Amino acid sequence: MTDSSLAIELRGISKAFGPVQANKDISIQVRRGTIHGIIGENGAGKSTLMSILYGFYKADAGEIFIGGRKTEIPDSQAAIDAGIGMVFQHFKLVENFTVLENVVLGAEEGAMLRPSLRKARTLLKQLAKDYEMDVDPDAIIEELGVGQQQRVEILKALYREADILILDEPTGVLTPAEADHLFRILRGLRDEGKTIILITHKLREIMEITDTVSVMRRGEMTATVKTADTSPEQLAELMVGRKVLLRVDKKAAQPGKTVLEVENLRVTDAQGVERLKGISLAIHAGEILGIAGVAGNGQSELLEVLGGYASGTGTIRMNGQEIDLTGTASDAQTRRARGIAHVPEDRQREGLIMDYRAWENVGFGYHHDEKYNSGAFMNLSALREDCEGKMQRFDVRPPNPALTAKSFSGGNQQKIVLAREIERNPDLLLIGQPTRGVDIGAIEFIHQQIVALRDQGKAILLVSVELDEIMALSDRIAVMFDGQIMGERLPAETDQGELGLLMAGMSGAAA
Amino acid sequence: MTDALPKWVDIALIPLLNLVLALIISGIVVAAIGENPFEALGYLVTGAVGTVNNWGFTLFYATNFIFTGLGVAVAFHARLFNIGGEGQAAIGGLGVALCLLFIPWPHWTIALLAASLGAAAFGAAWSAIPAYLQAKRGSHIVITTIMFNFIASALMVYLLSRVLLVPGAGGSPETARFVEAVRLPNAYDVAPWLGFRRSTPLNVSFLLAIAACIGVWLLIWRTRLGYEIRAFGHSEPAAIYAGISPVKITMIAMLISGGLCGLMAINSVMGEAERLVIDPVQGAGFVGIAVALMGRSHPVGVFLAALLFGMLYQGGAEVEFEIPAITREMILVIQALVILFTGALDNMVRMPVERLFLQARRPARAPLPTTPLEAGGHKDRSKVEP
Repeated sequence: MTDSSLAIELRGISKAFGPVQANKDISIQVRRGTIHGIIGENGAGKSTLMSILYGFYKADAGEIFIGGRKTEIPDSQAAIDAGIGMVFQHFKLVENFTVLENVVLGAEEGAMLRPSLRKARTLLKQLAKDYEMDVDPDAIIEELGVGQQQRVEILKALYREADILILDEPTGVLTPAEADHLFRILRGLRDEGKTIILITHKLREIMEITDTVSVMRRGEMTATVKTADTSPEQLAELMVGRKVLLRVDKKAAQPGKTVLEVENLRVTDAQGVERLKGISLAIHAGEILGIAGVAGNGQSELLEVLGGYASGTGTIRMNGQEIDLTGTASDAQTRRARGIAHVPEDRQREGLIMDYRAWENVGFGYHHDEKYNSGAFMNLSALREDCEGKMQRFDVRPPNPALTAKSFSGGNQQKIVLAREIERNPDLLLIGQPTRGVDIGAIEFIHQQIVALRDQGKAILLVSVELDEIMALSDRIAVMFDGQIMGERLPAETDQGELGLLMAGMSGAAA
Repeated sequence: MTDALPKWVDIALIPLLNLVLALIISGIVVAAIGENPFEALGYLVTGAVGTVNNWGFTLFYATNFIFTGLGVAVAFHARLFNIGGEGQAAIGGLGVALCLLFIPWPHWTIALLAASLGAAAFGAAWSAIPAYLQAKRGSHIVITTIMFNFIASALMVYLLSRVLLVPGAGGSPETARFVEAVRLPNAYDVAPWLGFRRSTPLNVSFLLAIAACIGVWLLIWRTRLGYEIRAFGHSEPAAIYAGISPVKITMIAMLISGGLCGLMAINSVMGEAERLVIDPVQGAGFVGIAVALMGRSHPVGVFLAALLFGMLYQGGAEVEFEIPAITREMILVIQALVILFTGALDNMVRMPVERLFLQARRPARAPLPTTPLEAGGHKDRSKVEP
């Protein structure tokens, strides 16, 4: 009993990794010519499911039907042959090849390259016309912007005659304007009869573009509904399993004295590229300054130099006292001593030692503190005790200090880092991507903690690529583009559109 | 819901399985040249532990390997691959010799203390240059330490044949014998009733090696310095975030590593040869790498692995003696197989064992949190959500 109006049907897909059931008896029907969203928290099993569909993993049980026909997909070549194209979050492009060469790569016909390239060029022209996907076929990939690179990925899939396009978190690296453009392309493709599966954790995107949405939670498909019949609140509840507050409750800020002053800060990286081009900003006590921007526009460098592990030129004053920027008389330790705490953007690479136990991690960066030491030896019982308290106060689950950091979920890892940095009672908290890879339930908690710290009169520098998060938390918003601050706005007096223009480097937006 | 594997599996079961595999392959090799592998195994075992005196040799070799194994292990914790144990131990021997030849020590205890300091300081100094080049210039430590082995070897030949040579020593490049007062008591002196022969090479350095194991354990798992070394070894970006200086940790870890390798000379130069000969290390620096790998850089593991390699060395010599068809090169092949299986092919056994243990454990309540979808699938499958 098959239905040829279905592009994809999965029946009873299960997949376990050791004891972890990543997908449990998942059945889903994706109708031809629709945009089908799959939403779920990190670890809900979305990516595993798509990996099975694309032939990276073999399901333990279950069947796959493509266009009504039962299909085995042992590897990605089989998936491509079945008409499935995948656009990864991290692009798989050869950086120093041209667009044309990348499109053809792996799908060359015959021993000679020229006929394939000629064919691709014609096709690219046609596609550009049909879907406003104009990309210069002779441009080198590394010279293109992220949005354009993504288009090349889509073109690659189309060149391979994909009928079904899977996109994994496609807007993570895009400005709002680029995301809009992408959605226009996707709608165009859908109207041509292509089927699109969109994996995302952003409720707004689901509501905006999908026709149908499936919700996954803990490896199970909890619901598939028509997008028109649902609401963000309902979807969030389906994802988390309980009611979720999507807004951040906060009172108006009561800014006090200036805590951090940055003047004309410049940072040049190891390759000699200037990453920060004269940043000036100030943060007051009891205030959250949000830095908006597309990833890679200098935000990371700003955090690094403030956190003490990149050197730069310019002036930084903390509570009126100048801080050494040359790196000779300062490092992350001296910054901490000056009252700067730092929740880094990448907690798995920087914020935590993933192989250290939770109790070892609660002292990380503060391991010189007297309370954690007795002579040259670490005071293990003090660390364990402190960890237990922090886990309780920050609701870390499971509250077991002996587990290594890598055995916690993203949200709980972040809570450990937050507990460590916030409880140090800093004057200034640097916090990068506070909720990246964090489940919705934990996002709520983390946002509350940040606002609570502000209400205690602390200064907070918030860097996030999630515009929603910036809008919700910040008392002031500064937008960064290409190592510069394009402008400052008050959240109440701006909107995503204006910020989006600033993020794209267009300062023409009314000052 | 603990971490991937119980500790005993990690440091005992897996190495043991590796060893059994290595012995099976060795058995096949022995059978292939027409000898009886069980007979060879018998000689190997009795040769290593059959008599008290054989134990003396086994433990003597083990002492060498404990020092170099610990040295390599400390560097491993900082994710530095010290291949230079061979050279550091040789230069450590030079430290011992200089210390004992030119200062008239009244008693072996004081001499041992001084010679230990000398050995460690010389070994550490020899590792300091590669460490500095790594920390400041980014020259790969594997390349520089291995080069320094050759430099050490050449330096020793020069010093022993030109500078420290005893007149009339019959052309063999070695120093004069150390004076009787600084001779370390051997197992016969300490415990004659156990049945050691007067000539047994096992000496009090063995106790020093055990003390070094305890010291390294304390250093790595109990001190702030050990905490920083391990943090740096696990993740350099995280270490920098925490304000741990990569330059400082690279230097300190390598100095300790070189010092421990240098200490090996106490056993072979002061304890056994009682003079400095041309090659006092005899490959122990390289065996130390295998020992550290097999012992998973844990002092207990290093001790056990060193014991095993001590047995292979001593037992191998007996096999060579008893079965002429099995040559010295054959013994090397067997030792190489053990190194291959315990070091290089560790994952071959580890992965199936891990899978077995994970399956035996109760099913987790929830699926894994993931990173973005990657070609080839997720990298980390060990995450478990509460």
